[in-house]
Amino acid sequence: MADASINIVVAGEAGQGLVTIGQLMTRALIRSGYEVVVTQDYMSRIRGGHNLFIIRTGPEPIHGPREGVDILVALDALSVQLHRDELTERGVVVADEAIDTTGLKALKVPFKSFSAKSMYWNTAALGVLGSAICHDIGVLESLLTEAFEKKGAEVLATNLGVLRAAYAWVKDQPFLFECLAPPNPEATGRLMLHGNEAIALGALAAGVDFCSFYPMTPGTTVALTLADQGQRAGVVVEQAEDEIAAANMAIGAAYAGARAIVPTAGGGFALMVEAVSLAGMLETPVVFVLAQRPGPATGLPTRTMQGDLNLALYAGHGEFPRAIFAPGTVEECFSLTYRAFDMAEKYQTPCFVLTDQYQSDSYRSVAPFDLDELPEIAKAPTQAGPDYKRYALTPDGVSPRVIPGFSQALVKVDSDEHDEAGHITESPAVRMAMCAKRQSKGLALLQETIPPELYGERDTDLLLVCWGSTLGAALEAAHILRHSGKSAAVLHFCQVWPLLEDQFLPILEAAGRVVAVEGNESGQMARLIRQETGFDIQDLILRFDGWPFTVDYILKGLDGLL
Amino acid sequence: MATIEEYGAFDTAWCPGCGDHSIIRALKAALAGLGLSPPQVLVVTGIGQAAKSPQYMNCNMFTGLHGRSLPPAQGAKLANPGLAVFAESGDGCSYGEGGNHFLAALRRNLDLTYLVHDNQIYGLTKGQASPTTGQGHKTKAQPNGYLSESFNPMAVAVAMRASFVARGFSGDVEHLTGLIQEAYRHKGFSLVDILQPCVSFNKVNTYAWYKERCYKLGPEHDPTDPVAAMARATEFGDKIPLGVIYRNERPTFESRLPSLSAGPLALRKVDKTVLGEIMDSFRA
Repeated sequence: MADASINIVVAGEAGQGLVTIGQLMTRALIRSGYEVVVTQDYMSRIRGGHNLFIIRTGPEPIHGPREGVDILVALDALSVQLHRDELTERGVVVADEAIDTTGLKALKVPFKSFSAKSMYWNTAALGVLGSAICHDIGVLESLLTEAFEKKGAEVLATNLGVLRAAYAWVKDQPFLFECLAPPNPEATGRLMLHGNEAIALGALAAGVDFCSFYPMTPGTTVALTLADQGQRAGVVVEQAEDEIAAANMAIGAAYAGARAIVPTAGGGFALMVEAVSLAGMLETPVVFVLAQRPGPATGLPTRTMQGDLNLALYAGHGEFPRAIFAPGTVEECFSLTYRAFDMAEKYQTPCFVLTDQYQSDSYRSVAPFDLDELPEIAKAPTQAGPDYKRYALTPDGVSPRVIPGFSQALVKVDSDEHDEAGHITESPAVRMAMCAKRQSKGLALLQETIPPELYGERDTDLLLVCWGSTLGAALEAAHILRHSGKSAAVLHFCQVWPLLEDQFLPILEAAGRVVAVEGNESGQMARLIRQETGFDIQDLILRFDGWPFTVDYILKGLDGLL
Repeated sequence: MATIEEYGAFDTAWCPGCGDHSIIRALKAALAGLGLSPPQVLVVTGIGQAAKSPQYMNCNMFTGLHGRSLPPAQGAKLANPGLAVFAESGDGCSYGEGGNHFLAALRRNLDLTYLVHDNQIYGLTKGQASPTTGQGHKTKAQPNGYLSESFNPMAVAVAMRASFVARGFSGDVEHLTGLIQEAYRHKGFSLVDILQPCVSFNKVNTYAWYKERCYKLGPEHDPTDPVAAMARATEFGDKIPLGVIYRNERPTFESRLPSLSAGPLALRKVDKTVLGEIMDSFRA
């Protein structure tokens, strides 16, 4: 691929510290003004196996991962065997001198000469890697200082010594790898954020007060970020006994005035489905974060997929309005989580953020968000008189929501069909009125749908249609095609429900050929578009092997179609 | 001052003679006696006949899903510790479908009161065995008699050193009223298992059956002694003890949660300064 980025792969067994090396290198790159896209591939085990921390970096904006390895930091011999064929023409292996790298360009590192203790080898690997791409050692030194200061002067001094020795050692080796192009001097003060951290930040910006969850990869880190960072903002985070409890607890908290989020993954969300329906019936705002991974059942528990669109779309028995957001970037993870809270609050109904393992774990260099620009999402009032009716019929279907316990109002909510006061009823007339009320909220929610974004020209020969995290790879594929003189554009849905066909049907009809690019087996979005508009996207590029889309994968897929 | 009248009088969907009538009478009397007015009270229920209780009284009401009275009750209590929160449901909802929530709530120890209407049968679905149905009890769904061992909520709660464990009987409203008040006053999770007949579907554990067996624990019982408590908790046969079986003074969950010191979550606002600091902590 003709671009200025390099692809660094840190590979090894779980527990060897590859994430530490990867995170420190990523932080150094972002601090220096480089763009990054990190892909984390890990097996469902704590020790052993084979894990990857992949950093694609360069001075120019990077949208997604690519294939080919420029620098392979191999922490074990297996990593060399598994990835040697992926090395690019300029590809270099960084490995212990004892590891067989016959036939490869390699920096054979004498780890033992830097320290007899293996606990310092990660620092040595960082020094070698940083030196190989000519990264400023000063930044690496400050990062190590920040990381090891608390562990005492001796530990810090040893780490710094090992870093400097390893860094210097590379300079004595034959020149093997070109230096990374200089960073963008304007990209300073950036955040290092992965998708789930951005979701947690977006939730905090939206005023989240309450998070109940049950741990499940890849959704857990949303809750962990809120537990770590949200406490000082006054957020209550509770690990529930199971997913059913997590979802129901959030609805109870929301009823009593908390702004609530429930992060989970496919299997956990499946357990929450009855509660989703309850939130719809009670008209209680809750935001569910569904971080997708490949099913069915336990599937590939630590890998990525976009297979749960249908699950989010149809979760919950009965009919009630919902909005489903599908961020395509880490920035959108922030802004759309905020939006999900806004819509949930306004229309008093469950809303969803649909992400996936790739995006959940993908660190990026993100410009700080303009927090002052975000209006505060108003909370439901706490005051009403004794004649208050929770489900009072109104022209737009939205009844004034009041929080119980602060005034003379009695707030009655019921999962049974209910009258305006919230009491159980089986009256057909009341039933019809309540259905109409919920439907009108859906119609109003529909009018607020964020239009899919068209990247490129409207009368394009080729239109790639995608949603969620597939955006980056699709954008790069279209970019490359345009550079080779072809006409290509991308239509990205960052909101996948409800759909307003006027927003995109003319774009689909104007395109020469429409290809859906989706991380699932059946083209769930393409089918949804056909269901809603009648427009049949016949060409599909699908991926469901557990890996994220890369530009290479899409271009190969297009070759196969044409 | 609150009065029983403030809690209202409603037509119900319950069978004549159902224990639910007495339990709701006891609950209203208890609330009025505690000086709680309806807007201060939240009753959270699951699904079943017992779960209809807050339909028939003036109070805040959350009627959720079958088996799930405790999770929203705890969520609401965490959002607003100032609410007087009661979770209320039947034996099937509370100990069967909601079994995991029951165990977790005992351990979590939020300051709320759990009223379990225990008629040892499923009423709303017309007479199948519940977790507390006696072994050998025949129903249309269990034609060979109930084969499983009965669940003993008192023994489980005592074994887990739950904060407050008591048993009442719908046939003694005055005693039950006092028990509910004591449970509410106790700081921490308070379980009141309330024995009641199901006149339509339980022909074994009738009003007379309970009346014959139930006796009130006297001052000789020390509810702070777990060994004595376990002996009373496992007594369910010819004699069934009523009253406070066990209690302790464990700190509540809320009292140990720093986030709650700032007051109810409904009144919390986004502090942009703190938000900015949190965002800054992610700077590379």
